[in-house]
Amino acid sequence: MNYSLAIYGGPYSQQASQSALNFARAVLERGHQIQRVFFYHDGIYNGSALISPPQDENNVSAQWQALAQEHGTELVVCIAAAVRRGLLDEKEAGRYSKPVHNLAEGFTLSGLGQLIDAGMSCDKLVTFGV
Amino acid sequence: MSNLLIIFRKAPVGSSWAREALDLALVGAAFGQQASLLFMGDGVYQLLDHQQPEQVGQKGTQAMMKALPMYDIEQIFVAEHSLNERGLSQNDLGFACELIDQGTVQQLLQSHAQIFNF
Repeated sequence: MNYSLAIYGGPYSQQASQSALNFARAVLERGHQIQRVFFYHDGIYNGSALISPPQDENNVSAQWQALAQEHGTELVVCIAAAVRRGLLDEKEAGRYSKPVHNLAEGFTLSGLGQLIDAGMSCDKLVTFGV
Repeated sequence: MSNLLIIFRKAPVGSSWAREALDLALVGAAFGQQASLLFMGDGVYQLLDHQQPEQVGQKGTQAMMKALPMYDIEQIFVAEHSLNERGLSQNDLGFACELIDQGTVQQLLQSHAQIFNF
């Protein structure tokens, strides 16, 4: 089956992202696909390149990057939710005249339509963090 | 019959859930999905008349709610028991909506292929 995930919980404040990672690995182990992970609400912070946890804690954004690289999963961050919370890619940083950008590699900013599309086109859309 | 159900369970201020849920409803409609909205729990406060979200530095959801007909979102349901629990009635609401009982809430959940819960 083709799955997509929606993540609404921020890293290190909610369990959502870590639970979603565990779920994603279980899904992939059983031979299914994860087409897209969509980050919305405070979930957008999972896409920050500046996440710097202590050494004895998991780095959630690095784990998402590794999973995406290995399995071809799209990591899509809601652009409206991200920009107002201060998570920008290079293009948005230019648009808003900000001196820096901080979207982690492997993540892309895109519209909410990507979440609607995931709900329409995938067999299952599973949400984490409400 | 709509194929997309968005459930609103949070108050209009105090968090961004209400606005971000409504954003999703509008985008869903823009993508050609027939969307229905269900307000329950504290979400019923989003339907109240005379809100002043600017008092707490928020934009609120009133303007977006008024735009719903332009997006062909006309099916707005509110859980009657949630209104009752909060001492509210249909007269307190600023938007046209259909009051439904718990059984109808269950039917709505069963009859929609896609449900987003906020």
